Amino acid sequence: MTTRTATGPVRIESRWARPLQVGRYLLLFAFACFFLMPVYVLVVTALKDPVQVSVSRMWELPQSLSLNGFREVWPKLRPGLVNSVLLAVPVSIISSVLGAANGFVLSKWRFPGADIVFPLILFGMFIPYQAILIPMVRTMRDLGMQGGLDGLILVHVIYGLPITTLIFRSYFAGISDELIDAAKVDGAGMLRTLAYVALPIAPPAFAVAMIWQFTSSWNDFLFGVMLTSKENWPVTVALNNIAGGQQVPFHEVMASGLLACLPTLLVYVVLGRFFMRGLMAGALKG
Amino acid sequence: MRRSRRAFLALTVAGALVATSACSKDSGGSNEPKVDKVEVMSWWVGPGEADGLNAMIALLKTQHPEITFENSGVAGGAGTNAKAQLATRLAANNPPDSYQRHAGQEIATDIKNGDVEDLTYLYQRNGWNTLFPKGLIDTITSNGKIYSVPVNIHRSNLMWFIPKTLTDLGIAAPPKTWDEFLVQAAAIKAKGKTAISIGPAWTQKHLLENVLLGELGVDKYTGLWNGKTDWTGADVTAALQKYTKIISYSDIASAGADWQPAMDRVIEGAAVYNVMGDWAAAYLKGDKKLTYKDGWNVVNSPGTDGVYNFLSDSFTLPVGAPHKAAAEIWLTLCGSKEGQDAFNPLKGSIPARTDADKSKYTGYLATALTDWTNPSTKVVGSLTHGVVANDAWNAEIDTALGLFVKNGDAAAFGTAVKTSYEKNK
Amino acid sequence: MRQIRQWGPGLLLVAPSLIVLGIFVYGFMGWTANLSFTSARGRNLTGDYVGFDNYRELADERGVTGQRFGIDTQNVLIFTAVFVAGSLIAGLVMALLLDRGVRGESFFRSVFIFPMAISFIAIAIVWRWLLSNGTGTQLTGLNKLFSASGLGFLANDWFKSDSGWAIAAVALPAGWALSGYVMALFLAGIRGVPDDLREAARVDGAREPQVLWHVVRPMLLPVTMSALVILAHISLKTFDLIYAMDLKSLKIDTPALFMWFTTFEGGFYGRGAAIAMLLLAGVAVVIIPYIWYSVRAERRS
Repeated sequence: MTTRTATGPVRIESRWARPLQVGRYLLLFAFACFFLMPVYVLVVTALKDPVQVSVSRMWELPQSLSLNGFREVWPKLRPGLVNSVLLAVPVSIISSVLGAANGFVLSKWRFPGADIVFPLILFGMFIPYQAILIPMVRTMRDLGMQGGLDGLILVHVIYGLPITTLIFRSYFAGISDELIDAAKVDGAGMLRTLAYVALPIAPPAFAVAMIWQFTSSWNDFLFGVMLTSKENWPVTVALNNIAGGQQVPFHEVMASGLLACLPTLLVYVVLGRFFMRGLMAGALKG
Repeated sequence: MRRSRRAFLALTVAGALVATSACSKDSGGSNEPKVDKVEVMSWWVGPGEADGLNAMIALLKTQHPEITFENSGVAGGAGTNAKAQLATRLAANNPPDSYQRHAGQEIATDIKNGDVEDLTYLYQRNGWNTLFPKGLIDTITSNGKIYSVPVNIHRSNLMWFIPKTLTDLGIAAPPKTWDEFLVQAAAIKAKGKTAISIGPAWTQKHLLENVLLGELGVDKYTGLWNGKTDWTGADVTAALQKYTKIISYSDIASAGADWQPAMDRVIEGAAVYNVMGDWAAAYLKGDKKLTYKDGWNVVNSPGTDGVYNFLSDSFTLPVGAPHKAAAEIWLTLCGSKEGQDAFNPLKGSIPARTDADKSKYTGYLATALTDWTNPSTKVVGSLTHGVVANDAWNAEIDTALGLFVKNGDAAAFGTAVKTSYEKNK
Repeated sequence: MRQIRQWGPGLLLVAPSLIVLGIFVYGFMGWTANLSFTSARGRNLTGDYVGFDNYRELADERGVTGQRFGIDTQNVLIFTAVFVAGSLIAGLVMALLLDRGVRGESFFRSVFIFPMAISFIAIAIVWRWLLSNGTGTQLTGLNKLFSASGLGFLANDWFKSDSGWAIAAVALPAGWALSGYVMALFLAGIRGVPDDLREAARVDGAREPQVLWHVVRPMLLPVTMSALVILAHISLKTFDLIYAMDLKSLKIDTPALFMWFTTFEGGFYGRGAAIAMLLLAGVAVVIIPYIWYSVRAERRS
């Protein structure tokens, strides 16, 4: 801090500093309210008795707290929750590891044509999944991987490759070549460099990639319903079944919507610290 | 620093290993074919319908303890997700042992594709030909063969209301014709209420079929589906224009998200009538705890007295079903008296068989059963619920109806429906 | 030879990914492309080659198919524009509000990001209630909040609107779900700008808005681009949300939904494949310039 900054424009700022600060907090609270408003509806409706559940009375607090919604959906959701954990954990780990390898090669251990290969990988992010459903289900059946979670994991890993590759490529592009060159000079091969130089500094990128992959595989319905048999259905199928019957028990839908997002929230909390650092360090910067 | 790097690496690798072993372990069980199981795909997952299905499963368990029942029910907008899942599995040659379809034309595509087995032998073996009503047998017979086993009957042409609302508005009785309805509707509108509440696209189609039925009568309505009634004829156009008029008295601009919110408006007194199938009875009685006749009431939709616009859930035997013998046992149960009497009271529908145990059906269902088994009742099939139009035509009608509701062009709608009938019959 | 030894292992490491993506992306796309030139109907996909007939039908505004596809295209463009622009602006504003350290920053950050955790099925159900446009005793959702807080003029018909902009209302829940993520991207981007650069500008007498405009903004371009790509690809694929909001309402119909219904309900596999190819072409129009831009920008630096 020099005296010049203290006497110059800063003084003008200080006159406005308080109102600005108040305005800032007001705006932040307005945003927070907007983001929490649907959660309010989720929570109060989940706690209502079916007789009180109605669109026109959505803002009203429940007259009597009823945990029936939760009690009724829990047995329906539990197997799905277990399956979704068994699905989302391996998916986020495997696709991050593969994405790290791809991203490292495409940014720091390039081969001729790497600039063409990367866009080709990236384009995979954009295919509409409904469009490739039939050939995919056929292929998976021919591979004998339909019905179980393994096939679903494979598919999520494959379609997650473009984005995880993008995340790690951008992240590694941000680290200086000198580190890599130093390792090369020491005679380290590619795998050694990846394992001992690149990966150790990559936890933030892992956080970004894993959060992304965990979220998308956790919330996927389409692949889950097409590729797994009943005993392996992810939680979204159970959620859909509660929400999509001929009669929709709205208090149950809201309760299961809340229950189904808890594990993802847990992941956010656990990885949250790394997540911001990962974004800052350049993952996903294009 | 160095150590933490290693630790992280080790953790990642270990994680990946655990993950791979976890998923390879999973692959074992699910793909082995079991001889003693039957996989049934239905969209009965909601309250009531799932209870009914469970009752049938329990029955199957006591009769055939050796068979494991795998219930792959998937819900979604009147079975839409279930249909997509089924279509994909059939296209990938991976059918379940039995799947649910609406009886009637909805199965026609499957028959044409050779996806389902002829079940006439089950009908002969169990004497179903005489135990199901003739009108129903006629509807589900295709070239002298029957490909599905109907479990229940629902009725589409019903108009629901709350008696108190009518009293409050000084309306003596619900309308007998759509013209009468329009007169009432103008008066209701003047009092600031909605004459008829409506929901999403499929409920609009549901209303359309019953307006057509009420305006055109049984014969012309039936003719719409076999090419004998001209969709561009003056009478059909007039009926379609009436539909536009009826819609203009509805709350379509703020339509409910589904049929229940639409019914809620009637319950709350904001709207007076709602045209919906008889699954609404279970909702009014069960969820809303209202009593039949006093709390809520129902009449045939205008112009359809003595007509039963039906739809029916049925089960099939796909070609290449992995457990055919078990599937036959399941289908036999679906067609049996015990099976139907276990399922229907819980689902809130009536059995397809005529010899059901009448004492199990009370309240509204008793009335429905009386009408259904009354020999003078004329039976027609529902468009919205798959009885009279095949999948392709029905999907094209959806597109045309979406545009019709938007622009109100009755002639264009008639032409589009006629053209797609020719292309898809 | 020595060169191959240098880059060979890299190629080898990427090769498995390339092979599976080759099959699962390009192979399947080819399969769909092929199908789009046939009259394939029903589950056995029996049909003849009909050339561009399916595409022609989609473009023909005289038939109902073409009319619906026209509406769908318009809808998806509006949705994309509103959703992308809205999320970018909201995300940027939130990031700027949080940038210079506020008390409870991590609380706000978590609140903004967490909607991403909720599945679209649940989001759609809550939001179709919030965006209900009933009046009188049926007044509810956001409209009721507006009228209760004296902002009644803001009340509108949302996704039931007749104006052709109904689909824009669906951008609200979509933006609600994803603008927090954009906020995180921007926040990271802003904080990634070296402090000494900002300080230097301040020393030169620049005010805070000027610092933001002249120093921070140019550095945010790459972040904006990547946020844009992520939002755009989600937008074109948005399916579950609209599917669960209002089934088959043409006001919020999009090509992805049309494809789903025409394929899996109607059995028009050829037409469905044609819609999928057009969707893909639409994506390519957005994504290829982006890839071209970023590869070129990289070469330059």
